[in-house]
Amino acid sequence: MKSVKTLALVLACMLTAVLFAGCAGGGSDTIKIGFIGPLTGEVAQYGVAAQNAMNLYIDSLNEKGGIGGKKIELISYDDKGDATEAVNAYNKLVTSDEVVAILGAITSTPTIAVAQQSAVDNVPMMTPTATHADVTSYGNNTFRACFLDPFQGSTMAKFSVDELSAKTAAVIYNTSDAYSSGLRDSFIETAGEVGLEIVADEGYSKDDVDFKAQLTNIAAADPDVLFVPDYYNNVYIISSQSKEIGLRATLLGIDGADGVLAIEGADSANVEGLYFANHYSTEDPSELVQGFLSGYEEEFGQTPSALAALGYDGAMILCSALEKVAASGVKLESSDKVFQAVIDELDATDMDCVTGHITYDENNNPIKSLAIIKVEAGEYTLYMKY
Amino acid sequence: MTLLSQIINGIQIGSIYALVALGYSMVYGIVKLINFAHGEIIMVGAYCAWYLIARLNMPAWIAVFFAILLCVILGVTIEIVAYKPLRNSARISLLITAIGISLLLQNLAQLLFKADPRMFANLFPGSKPFLGLQLTNATLVTIAVSVVLMAALSLMVSKTKIGKAMRAVSEDKAIAELMGINVNTTISFTFAIGSALAAIAAVLYCCSYSQIEPTMGSMLGLKAFVAAVLGGIGIIPGAVLGGFLIGVFESLTKGFISSNLADAVVFGILIVVLLIKPTGIFGKNRREKV
Repeated sequence: MKSVKTLALVLACMLTAVLFAGCAGGGSDTIKIGFIGPLTGEVAQYGVAAQNAMNLYIDSLNEKGGIGGKKIELISYDDKGDATEAVNAYNKLVTSDEVVAILGAITSTPTIAVAQQSAVDNVPMMTPTATHADVTSYGNNTFRACFLDPFQGSTMAKFSVDELSAKTAAVIYNTSDAYSSGLRDSFIETAGEVGLEIVADEGYSKDDVDFKAQLTNIAAADPDVLFVPDYYNNVYIISSQSKEIGLRATLLGIDGADGVLAIEGADSANVEGLYFANHYSTEDPSELVQGFLSGYEEEFGQTPSALAALGYDGAMILCSALEKVAASGVKLESSDKVFQAVIDELDATDMDCVTGHITYDENNNPIKSLAIIKVEAGEYTLYMKY
Repeated sequence: MTLLSQIINGIQIGSIYALVALGYSMVYGIVKLINFAHGEIIMVGAYCAWYLIARLNMPAWIAVFFAILLCVILGVTIEIVAYKPLRNSARISLLITAIGISLLLQNLAQLLFKADPRMFANLFPGSKPFLGLQLTNATLVTIAVSVVLMAALSLMVSKTKIGKAMRAVSEDKAIAELMGINVNTTISFTFAIGSALAAIAAVLYCCSYSQIEPTMGSMLGLKAFVAAVLGGIGIIPGAVLGGFLIGVFESLTKGFISSNLADAVVFGILIVVLLIKPTGIFGKNRREKV
């Protein structure tokens, strides 16, 4: 009886070994990169734009022969802007698709969730667009192509004093969103330093579409500027409702407001005069920017948003790190050794990108500048580089 | 001044809650069913009007007419297909069916129109000064249309023959049938009226709050349901009063306490009503005869 059990155990071990061998041997003819981002849902514009731009870069790299003779394959999962979906996607990418690195996520809340998980596995992760301060704080493996929320918030506060001669400001923000509340905090903090008085500070929650109660309070305080740290849909609704109730203040947005003119059915008159911080401007004459613009326009028939530019930069930074690792003779596969090599190369990044020259500080955050965009006559115009 | 404008904000959203609550209340009054698919009728009305105006460039009044027509057909069809066969089974089966229909419509809309929110252009742009406040035309139209519709509805219920039939059926279906009232037609008519009101509420709602999405009906529907319960479910003036009260409570909470608490206050009211006076403000405590 005992010998039967032993035999069964041996057989089971052999079977398992065969299974594992099968896994390791399969699909090593491409270099796999995972993408996580919202391809449907409220913030789908961001995910789709970033993914398009990444594909644009990766396709052009593949045409030139890929990395070390191997083609790059981008495996994409939709997170719908949701943290749970993003972590599920991450687990699939790491355990069953066996990617060498992750591009994503796109919005801050899901990115933070993925960053916490990837820090445990030490998988190199490059988020092109998540601007929340905490994103890169969980491990040395997380990098980003964009500037940080505190930087945007404090710049907008300084900008409203220096350029718009504002004395008083109000804030309306989404209390259930880390991105929005983080920006509100940094705006208010800097406002205190530069002598901008905060006369109203109102919040709302995730599914609200009626902001009139809050805007009525703000109108009563009559501020010079109203800071709206949220994504384009809410910026649009808040802007139209504030115009309806006769609010005098100039609206200030952040990079999330990019896309506000592309909403189906939107009337651009409702956001006329809005200023927002952004990552780059299409009016930049550099060859890299203009090359990216014409390539993107040719492929997708529209002007790339800043999110697309960041997606492109994210793919470019990550691929150049992978190239350096491949050049040093390491085979690019899903292993701890490769992960660490890619992370080291990302850390040493020093290159010109579409959104500016990028190097990383000790916290894996890029050092770069910011563009202020104004909505004028239904168009985005570069107001200044600040 | 802020207090007054907060109250007007509240009355505006409240009049939309009231229109929707009427649909819940009338249907409950007549078939004792909480029609959870009612919120989705609003969503369908909003998408229909949006599609006709934004995509097919139809004039607004034609679009609104077709939105009402579509909602009426949809409401009556749901009643005939999903609720009628269950009329004599346990009420819980009806309730579950209603939730099922609601999910079906919501997901169908996600499939057809995707989950991305769309913007609905305000049909009544501009504003007028009033007592030193700036009132938008959308606010004025919403309040005026709601008040007129509610008055017309209560006239209809109390004065016309079909109104009398509705009251009779809600009192006692079997006796009403014996008296020669066509119960099926009366019930269908009730669903039709409720759905038409929902379609109008949808258009008014979109004019002020611009955004439409497949799940827009669920929260709006729930709040209107709370309004119906607060006023006394099954009672028409109760639904109207409940709607206005919920709207004003919500707006005052957002304006003076905290916007995060607004939903908590609305649903807190539901709990308080159920604990203190489950029949609602206008509800009579009917004793069951043994």
